[in-house]
Amino acid sequence: MNHCSNLEDMKLTLKIWRQKNKEAKGKFVTYKLDGVSQEMTFLEMLDFLNEKLIKEDADPVAFDSDCREGICGMCGLYINGRPNGPLTGVTTCQLNMGAFKDGETITVEPWRSKAFPVIKDLVVDRSSFDELMQAGGYISVNTGAAPEANSIPVKKENADRAFEAGICIGCGTCVAACKNASAMLFVSAKISQLALLPQGQVEARERVQTMIRKMDELGFGNCSNTGACEIECPKEIKLTNIARLNREFYKAL
Amino acid sequence: MSTLLDSKIPEGPLAEKWTRHQASLKLVNAANRKKLDIIVVGAGAAGASAAASLAELGYNVKVYVFQDSSRRAHSIASQGGINATKNYKNDADSDFRLFYDMIKGGDFRAREANVYRAAEVSNKIIDQYVAQGVPFAREYSGYLANRSFGGVQVSRTFYAQGQTGQQCTLAAYQALSRQISAGKAKMFARRDMLDLVVVDGRARGIITRNLITGEIERHSAHAVVLATGGFGTIYYLSTLAVNSNGSAAMAAYRKGAFMANPSMAQIHPTSIPVLNDYQSKLTLMSESLRNDGRVWVPKTKGDKRPANQIKEEERDYYLERKYPAFGNLVPRDVASRAAKERCDEGYGVGDTGLSVYLDFRDAIESQGKEAIKAKYGTLFDLYKKITGINPYEEPMRIYPASHYTMGGLWVDYNLMTTIPGLYAIGEANFSDHGANRLGASSLMQCSGDGYFILPVTIGDYLSDQIKTSRIPTDLPEFEEAEKAVQEKLNKLMAVKGTQTPTSFHKQLGNILWTYSGMKRNEEGLKKALEEINQLKEEFWNDVKILAGINELNHELEKANRIADFFDLAQLIVIDALNRKESCGAHFREEYQTDEGEPKRDDTNYSYVAAWQYTGKEAQPKLHKEELTFEYVTPVQRSYK
Repeated sequence: MNHCSNLEDMKLTLKIWRQKNKEAKGKFVTYKLDGVSQEMTFLEMLDFLNEKLIKEDADPVAFDSDCREGICGMCGLYINGRPNGPLTGVTTCQLNMGAFKDGETITVEPWRSKAFPVIKDLVVDRSSFDELMQAGGYISVNTGAAPEANSIPVKKENADRAFEAGICIGCGTCVAACKNASAMLFVSAKISQLALLPQGQVEARERVQTMIRKMDELGFGNCSNTGACEIECPKEIKLTNIARLNREFYKAL
Repeated sequence: MSTLLDSKIPEGPLAEKWTRHQASLKLVNAANRKKLDIIVVGAGAAGASAAASLAELGYNVKVYVFQDSSRRAHSIASQGGINATKNYKNDADSDFRLFYDMIKGGDFRAREANVYRAAEVSNKIIDQYVAQGVPFAREYSGYLANRSFGGVQVSRTFYAQGQTGQQCTLAAYQALSRQISAGKAKMFARRDMLDLVVVDGRARGIITRNLITGEIERHSAHAVVLATGGFGTIYYLSTLAVNSNGSAAMAAYRKGAFMANPSMAQIHPTSIPVLNDYQSKLTLMSESLRNDGRVWVPKTKGDKRPANQIKEEERDYYLERKYPAFGNLVPRDVASRAAKERCDEGYGVGDTGLSVYLDFRDAIESQGKEAIKAKYGTLFDLYKKITGINPYEEPMRIYPASHYTMGGLWVDYNLMTTIPGLYAIGEANFSDHGANRLGASSLMQCSGDGYFILPVTIGDYLSDQIKTSRIPTDLPEFEEAEKAVQEKLNKLMAVKGTQTPTSFHKQLGNILWTYSGMKRNEEGLKKALEEINQLKEEFWNDVKILAGINELNHELEKANRIADFFDLAQLIVIDALNRKESCGAHFREEYQTDEGEPKRDDTNYSYVAAWQYTGKEAQPKLHKEELTFEYVTPVQRSYK
């Protein structure tokens, strides 16, 4: 494995949110980090910091990540005041250090939302998203009860649009980006995917009502159509899904 | 054959075995199911579909995942597709043909009956996913689209762009969510399974660590299902999620479950190459890209010109040259070895010389950019995000990477391990892929095991458990297991050495990649064993873990997984040493044909190697399950 870069290494100042646990009061801690390669991903930069901290007997920074290819939705950090940092259309794990300059100060925070309490440092509890899905984000078909797959044709355009909504990774960026901490984009993506398919029609009315009710119950804010979620969504899920959700909701009343 | 290994393959003709077997299985009355608890560990495509289906049947299901939600499981990253024998393309596909492709693709090292069943249930999986709202690709007619995949000559792969795994995994997750909301399944997230509890010879529970509080917990059930995936992360760099691990499987192994063919590891040919020393993982570029992408290297060694300046006649499309019948669509093991061979000979491209081109120029020319975008748009974007190179204009650079483990826990036809009441499904078991897995057959196997096979076969075991009341967790076996887990963690914390867990993982991965990767030989494997033993000792004397034991501590989680990886690495190398033949992904340099293709030894090695744990420092004991081929004749695999 050769280090095949002729790019200059960078010196960074990192201001990272440290919080011992859910109950503790957190604070920003500043770290100087030399030798950061522009080829690192943002999370590899944090790995690099942690390896250094461990050597210096300091507690490493806790952050979540898993697939590191932008599909599991486990990572997600607030970087310099924006979810997933300065680029659009990427998750935190897909953010490259090439997006930063030598000497830069980078502020790193966890998602900030009442519905996503901090567990430790940069790790948050997103189980409220699971609860939202449990409130109707499915089609109630038991294993074995399905008809032959080609028995119900689906217009290609609708299947494509359902896919475009269905690619949501449940990372929470939309909530973190929203000044109201609304989960509308997340919920609308699932509502849209299922509403666009004939298979999802049967329960459409009930689904939209129970999911919206649950959203309010869990402490997510309301949508005021500012559109920050659409801009920041790493999967570029469209705001039109929220319009579709609203239409579905009024249809259901 | 060892008397311990009863594969329970049903009697009767191949195509009737599963039907007859289902008819002969004992059942649990619907009213009795609610009295029975089942633990499912891991909830990707296999685990979530099993948990949902079992809960629908009425069992009490408890699900454990180490991530914050089961939607994170690495099945989510499966890209290219899922196979089924619908024959919508009228290209003469059938259950038998898929079965044959898998048996041959696996180089005749898988069990016929299991593989046939996997093919047999494949169509029901597509039906199920469509009904659950998976937006598979469709034709303008509104009917489902298919594409072809490596190692086969029919189009049987259903897909949702490059995110088929995501869509299927979310469908299973949603089905499970529905059961959680109905109170039939309970989710325990952020839990690491650290031990299996065996009571009177039966799997009765697990010990977990709550990853938030550090609390060690006891959980009991009438049966335990492991759907914990593969252990390709043992190589450190792999296409897997960074937290994927082999700890649950190793816990089961230490408690008596046999580990089968652990050295059968798939090195996927089309990953984005290693870019720098800091890299924490490799990203896969779906095999589906080989449908339209052409693989090549320059004909001249060390040619450093940009790809677009290298003329057609100066390019070596080596897969098309060496394997004219299958061309770029040869199976993964063949494609990976061929790439390594070209790079080892000095024809590789990129700064490191450790990559080959995957070129879409011709496909874009003949089909148009839009058509290529429709098929692979998400993958092209992903590639560009990581490398900064636009694959619409320049060829991709790719290189093989650790991806999938064909080996895993030994299971019988019912998917039960050698411990009664302990099941292994999906990638966690060894059963369907032999020595090499064909593309788009992993989602298929995971879903087949989870939705349609396990929920049926587990009833046979549970039928005599209905009088066994809830298993108490204060039994001495739970106490002992909990104590052992606590001691292991304390021991890790107490080392207080100087090296980080990750640094050990990198070194271990490097040993395995060098000596037990795409090419292996006796001398190298013996050396690997020595080096692993040394590193293992160093680890237990010098690992450094900070933060406490009773809090969220990723370093402790890593260290514990790496500790298990050392034992697993030993097992992998022992298995690779034992198998003195080449088959599929297991390529022993001593055993090759004149043309450099793997040379199988069916007389001596037509068996599944199942390893039994015999003690901490003791050699594992080999048990052989002889493979018998009644419906296919093992031949030298040829894709020429």
